[in-house]
Amino acid sequence: MAVASMVRAYFDNNANTPVLPEILEDMLPALQGAVGNASSIHQLGQAAKAAVEQARAAVAELIGASPTEVVFTSGGTESDNLAIRGVVGEWRRRNASAPLPHLITSKIEHHAVLNVFEDLERAGYPVTYLPVNDGGRVGPAELAAALRPDTALISVMMANNETGVVQPVEELGAIARAAKVAFHVDAVQAVGRTPVRVKEIGSDLLSLSGHKIHASMGIGALYVGRRTQLRAQQLGGHHERDRRAGTENVPGIMSLGAAAKLAQANGAAEAARLAELRDRMEAGLVAAIPDCGVVGAGQPRVANTSNMYFDGIEGEALVIALDLHGFCVSTGAACSSGAIEPSHVLLAMGMSRRRARSCLRFSLGRQNTADEVERLLQTLPGLVERLRRLAPADASALVRSA
Amino acid sequence: MSDAPIAVAMSGGVDSSTVAAILHAEGIPIVGLTMQLWNQRRLAGAPGMGESRTGRCCSLDDVHDARRVAERLGIPYYVVNYEERFERDVVRTFVDQYLAGRTPIPCSLCNTAVKFDQLLITARQIGAEKVATGHYARVRVNSDTGVYELWRGVDEGKDQTFFLWGLTQEQLSRAVFPLGEMRKPAVRARATELGLAVADKPDSNEICFVPGNDYAAFLKAYAAEQGMPLPDTSGELVTGDGRSLGSHGGIHRFTVGQRKGLGLATQPGGGGTALYVINIDAATRQVRVGEEAELHARELTGSDCHWISGEPAGAAVRVEARIRNRHVPAPAWAEPLAGRRLRVCFDEPQRAVTPGQSVVLYQGEKVLGGAWIDSRA
Repeated sequence: MAVASMVRAYFDNNANTPVLPEILEDMLPALQGAVGNASSIHQLGQAAKAAVEQARAAVAELIGASPTEVVFTSGGTESDNLAIRGVVGEWRRRNASAPLPHLITSKIEHHAVLNVFEDLERAGYPVTYLPVNDGGRVGPAELAAALRPDTALISVMMANNETGVVQPVEELGAIARAAKVAFHVDAVQAVGRTPVRVKEIGSDLLSLSGHKIHASMGIGALYVGRRTQLRAQQLGGHHERDRRAGTENVPGIMSLGAAAKLAQANGAAEAARLAELRDRMEAGLVAAIPDCGVVGAGQPRVANTSNMYFDGIEGEALVIALDLHGFCVSTGAACSSGAIEPSHVLLAMGMSRRRARSCLRFSLGRQNTADEVERLLQTLPGLVERLRRLAPADASALVRSA
Repeated sequence: MSDAPIAVAMSGGVDSSTVAAILHAEGIPIVGLTMQLWNQRRLAGAPGMGESRTGRCCSLDDVHDARRVAERLGIPYYVVNYEERFERDVVRTFVDQYLAGRTPIPCSLCNTAVKFDQLLITARQIGAEKVATGHYARVRVNSDTGVYELWRGVDEGKDQTFFLWGLTQEQLSRAVFPLGEMRKPAVRARATELGLAVADKPDSNEICFVPGNDYAAFLKAYAAEQGMPLPDTSGELVTGDGRSLGSHGGIHRFTVGQRKGLGLATQPGGGGTALYVINIDAATRQVRVGEEAELHARELTGSDCHWISGEPAGAAVRVEARIRNRHVPAPAWAEPLAGRRLRVCFDEPQRAVTPGQSVVLYQGEKVLGGAWIDSRA
């Protein structure tokens, strides 16, 4: 087993995407001293400022916003935190003597959203966690039923990071708008993979991340609608129109701008290519492996994400076996791998704990090829067979009863 | 599958790190696996449990050390999570045994139920055929019969066969113990020579999931976490003739041979003779104390007896029997009884035969098998 010298196929693009060579080229001058601090008066400062504003325009165009509505952050997690805490904080400032307002999110959010709401809940805010159906979608009717006169914020993701299932955000947005409640959309896994237009969604805030769309790590953005009231959570200088203090990450911002332009130019064609690869992969695996299937099959999904169950195995062991054969995949969210608890997303869909622990997530990206998918189809069935053959007879006893 | 890798169970300590480095230096393909067995944060902050991450078992520091060794060697390395299995088979048994007035050995259970069961399964699932560990023990195969045998490590002070008597033929056939032929100073020297940062890391001897070996505090914290208060096992301290010397706070606080912490320094009115725990009766919750001479017993019975290389043919077999890790094996007759029970009769009475501990049977360097001690006869 020549692990080190093996050709690797990277199917974990929902965890991170490689920075594309053309994007690296765009950001390199900023790392090599061609720009200064975007707040400086001198020419290198001005060069930085110009680069930041160009990138801001590109990001704004990709999501159908105005450049002034784009706030650069350190990534998706910060965008989510800023959106939720920023709206709640501003609401509190304006209604200092009112009881704590009601908040709504869903059970399948990323922990960057879920843990913020749980923290607010511990601080006394009433929070409703919307359920999903067995296809992994939030129902608009459930949102309408959960609304209260004192609801201050609704936060629902656009594409789920584990299943790729796309939420009915336009319908949810219409309900939020009618009720005049701020609507935040975590679109970290959607931007660049499916068209995202903030006005059509009717969102007041929308999070996106650079390293999910082949820009560098450590850069993200939050769309903040012109009329949205937001309280800054990080204080310092007057950066980002007082919405987010801190020296701009100019190289990161330039990479995000380049990635946005790339997505704008051929995102649709790339999505069609990835959908074809994904369909080939899913059909091939289902045909070759008994007792496996696609999670969220038949639901609207982003083209690059496939979550599959393989009954009778532990996903963790299959991830290791695949890694030793040159394939990078994940059991679910990278942030919770190694965790003993099965995915909260899959459990919310009504899946048994046992099946949830057998799931693998394959997420494709621009660098993946049809040849890599064929190699996976040749390798995975044998690995699953071996895992099942060697599984302990009392495997069920290893899983806490549901 | 001659090119199948060997999985190395890497704890982050010097022994298992050196095993990985030795096999790697021999050109054998290896995969490093660290078992995540217990989450130290679970009981952190409870009385006696210390703050988060101060325990030795599965601490972030240990995983970090193991990962660094794997990086240095350039081998694939993974952390595998067996917390559920460990809790079910090792921690709960540990708790139940103490509450039943016994003194358990979690390491033996962990070896047979986790390390050479679940870890071996995972290792085989990912393409390895064997698991190597840092145990000081040797495996030999009898070339005539094909039967596997377990032998003591050559370093008598480090020999760990006391914790390995439960291994089956299948498990032994897939176990690799590269340190069995080495002495500890040589292992450390080899670790230094191979450039391992853990070469000077101190040995760990405590129960890995019990910080500071304060098992009474652990039982209390675990029961509280589970939402089931510890059952009341308080009762009386009594002498051999049934006289009460006072009350005690729970039988789980005692172990056979214990002298300290009885709340009675000496026998009342008895000229300063030290008192020891002789016996713990879970049914009556009585802890019987007595003088040191009463601690000695010639005979014991055990259950779940396991003969590693097959049960002996005759009625009783000459052995050296060990009843604690540090006990010098003592000459005895071992007699298999019906229902996988065992009787051991020592030539000379032995001190502190302790229910819940193991009795391990040796013939010289070779381990014949063992059983769990139920009582002194």
